[in-house]
Amino acid sequence: MSQVDTTTNAGQLLAAASGGRRRLGDRVFSRTAVVAAVTILALLAGVAIFLVAEGFPAFTAGASELPEGKSFIDYAAPLAFGTVLASAIAALVAVPLAVGVALFITHIAPQRLALTLGYLVDLLAAIPSIVYGLWGIFVLGPAAVPVLKWLEEKLGWIPIFEGPASATGRTMLVAGLVLAVMILPIVSAVAREVFAQTPRKLMEGAQALGATRWEMIRMTVLPFGKSSVISGAMLGLGRALGETMAVTIILSVSGAVTFNLISQANPSTIAANIALNFPESSGLAINALIATGLVLFAITLVTNMAARAVIARQNHE
Amino acid sequence: MTSSKWFVVLSAAIVLAIAVAACGSSSDETSGGSGGSSVSGEIAGAGSTAQQAAQEAWIAEFENENSDVTITYDPVGSGGGREQFIAGGVAFAGSDAALSPEEGELEKAEKRCKTGQLIEVPDYISPIAIIYNLPGVEELQLDPETLAKIFNQEITSWNDKAIAADNPGAELPDTRITPVNRSDESGTTENFTEYLSEVVPSIWSYEVSGDWPVKGGEAASGTSGVVEAVAAGEGAIGYADASQAGELGSAKIKVGSEYAEPTPEAAAKVLEESPLDKELSPGKYTIAYKLDRKTESEGTYPIVLTSYLIACTKYDSTDEAAAVKAYAEYVISPEGQELAAEQAGSAPLSSALTAKVTPAIEAIEAG
Repeated sequence: MSQVDTTTNAGQLLAAASGGRRRLGDRVFSRTAVVAAVTILALLAGVAIFLVAEGFPAFTAGASELPEGKSFIDYAAPLAFGTVLASAIAALVAVPLAVGVALFITHIAPQRLALTLGYLVDLLAAIPSIVYGLWGIFVLGPAAVPVLKWLEEKLGWIPIFEGPASATGRTMLVAGLVLAVMILPIVSAVAREVFAQTPRKLMEGAQALGATRWEMIRMTVLPFGKSSVISGAMLGLGRALGETMAVTIILSVSGAVTFNLISQANPSTIAANIALNFPESSGLAINALIATGLVLFAITLVTNMAARAVIARQNHE
Repeated sequence: MTSSKWFVVLSAAIVLAIAVAACGSSSDETSGGSGGSSVSGEIAGAGSTAQQAAQEAWIAEFENENSDVTITYDPVGSGGGREQFIAGGVAFAGSDAALSPEEGELEKAEKRCKTGQLIEVPDYISPIAIIYNLPGVEELQLDPETLAKIFNQEITSWNDKAIAADNPGAELPDTRITPVNRSDESGTTENFTEYLSEVVPSIWSYEVSGDWPVKGGEAASGTSGVVEAVAAGEGAIGYADASQAGELGSAKIKVGSEYAEPTPEAAAKVLEESPLDKELSPGKYTIAYKLDRKTESEGTYPIVLTSYLIACTKYDSTDEAAAVKAYAEYVISPEGQELAAEQAGSAPLSSALTAKVTPAIEAIEAG
């Protein structure tokens, strides 16, 4: 009896002691977490308030006072179009590529190769965007010139390859491709993480039923990772939407709203336009630039919400 | 284990490197005081990116001779420079356009100088070259009309009759013309379009501004971007600060009956022949020119960028006044102008012009 008593006493003591310590730790931890969460909210609210307050004068100003003598909608619409177009090209190219890379690394490549390749893809994310810009203008652009000419000649009947082909290669297509390379690491990293977590039982089950490797991937890995791939794609899209330096350097912008991807006349993007015109702007022109920043903010917000909606529906099914 | 050891070695090496670098720079500072001048302190300027290369050269040389002075020049752009000057954030500004009375800038700048007067003098003149990339065509001559038609995309092929008429005997290929313009707002664009709209208003009917008015051309950011785009694109033609043209060919532009090259001398001569702009030069020390773009006299090259130095005659502290004065004196001095010509390819102020702007700089004092 007495032995039992002492052990329970000891147990209670231990529980009380460690519980007390845990309570202090818990308090510190929860406070820190709350502070972090509030900081994020405050930052976001601060940015939003700044954009609205500083951008507001541009919304109400007359066309004659704004840059290019246009109303704000006419000024911002081509920029928003260019932003979405460049990012869409990037996502269209990068997402399939990233999924392929992720599948190769997680399910096909031998482990040693997979590790190296994964490391190399991640390394792409460490390259500063200005370097991508320089690479685009000095290497990819000139290399693309003959390809663009070929596209104009052979596929010119498709509106996006209508031409005339640019002589320098600084076109929407090239900018989109550079953006694709830039967002590849983040999309493939997310896809890789989730593909690697596909339950073994599912994969073995599929193979036991006589599925080939491709069928196994199609039946188990892809459905399992679908929603994460979508959210990875949205993360990448977010980066492409806001990318500044690379687009600023590469793209030849002439304000035209066009789906023609290979000519020298391209719509600018919001971020690139701000970078290009801020240095020489003053007064209302700066308000107009900040207001376009608000538009970009709204576009990214809508993209993220759409992605969440898609993922929520996926999970529901 | 090994990785943490490496970390220690690496950080030790970095610390050591920083320490060595710090020692090196501090000994430089103490040993360089042989200039023997009395100016000291820190002054800041901001403005035109066109002046950046020249300002950097001036600052390096000036600080070399006056080791107690630190001068900074922030190339934020002309508009930003003027704004910062008016707000009192910088002691002097560089601007590709003279302060204009239209938006009250001139008045505000005068107010900024309180009891003193506003100084605005040209300190940097640079020809804008028309650069082109057309293999096999070593020399290209263009008259203003053809130039305007190329840049407003009326002429689209290099073997166009109008170009052939300017270049008798030259073999022009049927390459497509790619006109290249600046995608950012710039003083170079403003000066180039001002030239076109003054000389050939019937063809170039756009409003003059720092934003390129024609849609659909190849656009690149910054002077270096334009040069790079022209160099990369066969059949491309663009406009850029003559000093940055590099190995690209520069077109000769028809002035009167001759074709003129973008040389510093020819650029300086335009300013010499231009009258003062009365509206932009209300004060004793504001010297803003109305460039005579339509000049037909021999030896002038009218596509020129003029950049101004903006300052006050009075500064609160003696140190600041002395430093601004000494620096501005150096900038407009023949040595300073020669240095800018060497380093930035600008056109040195002529002696007549130097004589005209010197009294303004001499008037700087503490008060």
